[in-house]
Amino acid sequence: MKYSEKVMDHFTNPRNVGEIENADGVGVVGNAKCGDIMKMYLKIDENDVITDCKFKTFGCGAAIATSSMATELVKGHTVSEALSLTNSAVVEALDGLPAIKVHCSVLAEEAIKSAVADYYNKIGRPIDFDYDPDHDDDHDHHVDED
Amino acid sequence: MARFVYADNAATTPVSREVIEAMMPCFESEWGNPSSPHSMGISAKDMLDDARERIAAVLGCTAGEIYFTSCGTESDNWAIRGAAMRMKAKGRTHIVTSKIEHHAVLHTCKALEKEGFEVSYVGVDEYGVVDLDELRSLVTEKTALVAIMFANNEIGTIEPIEEIVEIAHAKGALMFTDAVQAVGNVDIDLSKLRVDMLALSGHKLHAPKGIGLLFIRKGIVINNLIEGGGQEKRKRGGTENLPYIVGLARALELAKENMKYLPEVARKRDRLISALTKIPYSSLNGHPTKRLPGLVNIGFEFIEGESMLLWLDMKGICASTGSACSSASLDASHVLLAIGVPHEKAHGSLRLSISKDTTDEDIDYIIENVAPIVEKLRNMSPLWEDVVKKETANK
Repeated sequence: MKYSEKVMDHFTNPRNVGEIENADGVGVVGNAKCGDIMKMYLKIDENDVITDCKFKTFGCGAAIATSSMATELVKGHTVSEALSLTNSAVVEALDGLPAIKVHCSVLAEEAIKSAVADYYNKIGRPIDFDYDPDHDDDHDHHVDED
Repeated sequence: MARFVYADNAATTPVSREVIEAMMPCFESEWGNPSSPHSMGISAKDMLDDARERIAAVLGCTAGEIYFTSCGTESDNWAIRGAAMRMKAKGRTHIVTSKIEHHAVLHTCKALEKEGFEVSYVGVDEYGVVDLDELRSLVTEKTALVAIMFANNEIGTIEPIEEIVEIAHAKGALMFTDAVQAVGNVDIDLSKLRVDMLALSGHKLHAPKGIGLLFIRKGIVINNLIEGGGQEKRKRGGTENLPYIVGLARALELAKENMKYLPEVARKRDRLISALTKIPYSSLNGHPTKRLPGLVNIGFEFIEGESMLLWLDMKGICASTGSACSSASLDASHVLLAIGVPHEKAHGSLRLSISKDTTDEDIDYIIENVAPIVEKLRNMSPLWEDVVKKETANK
């Protein structure tokens, strides 16, 4: 399996790694069983603009790279723009992902949505979008052994 | 300084120079078909017979007990399916295998289950050693075959094969062992070890990919898997892969000669184990002593294996992992789960498999590089964040 140069760049030099103290929205998606967990932190100003976004990820190269790219794609944008971020936009920005790693980009999309949902809950705004914090998608269960 | 360290010999090994040299005449001049009655065929047949004799001498069996196949997986498929089909006629429709077998064995057993065979999967202890008491309770007069690996490919644990043979034979069942990882790493003498069948693969011992063999003890008959011409005493059709068979013979002779280096390999393995388990929240997977001389498997908590492999690769180190996210598999290693490693920890496993060609400088280089990579990945892991917060709170 080979990753694009963009993926390797975001894996080796991930942007926006870390935590935000007193974040306005925090989202955690994925589970350890599947091998990836993403935690997204958002700082949002009074105009609904995401002024800062940071992440922590437990996962493979694609999980780290998609988290990094997702933070880049939402930073400086409004919350509603962030909600329109699709996993395929993340994949495209990374110059593609191997087919079995596409679920990582779905996780990144869900992580952003989950952090926005947390923000909505905090400010008492109804959640008017769908998201799946457990991310129980059906992985293709291939086997590749020695 | 950057180096290149290949520490994935359990996946495959480089073909050795001597093996390549031994094979070359089969490409350049001895390219005949061993079945042809003319001079080209006769000299090819002579080379085939010679290779078989030499392999038999290394393994402690007779030439007539060696059947060449295309790989370890074919040998596994043939041994299990061939024995199951043969023994079915005798009313034996039960197979016993272990939970930590290679997929070539497990998936063959799963396929046979669908075809009406009953399969029992014996458990292992925390080190990956087969539970002999459970095995005794599982093997009955209905058991056709006990199929248990000689040594595990992921965690390196060596199984008590002699005891397992006794348990199988006590109930009249056949005993097959997948020795793909063991041959060349453990002293195996088939004149003493009473297994009925044994599988090995060339590319794990410096022969090319695409050659394996199945040892079938004299007197044991199993059904064919591949029908064809009369090759391999009508038991395995297909024109013999003479160059690779000759290569395998040389590789096995060299493996036997090189066994004298195994204590040195084990010393280097133990250096790796001792240094890497000093990293906080890490532990050895597999048995501390009953393990393959070159195989190390360490679980690092709170990080994922593929990320580790990518970083190691950038440092010039080739390794392997039992993580779901590695290669095409998205399941955590069934072997690690069977020894009781929880899912999240199974994802953070690192397998290093060294050889006699791995130097002490290579070992130092691996040790120097693993700790900073683990730290880097933990620093971006939300699971590690929780650990750090807990530790600070407890202070």
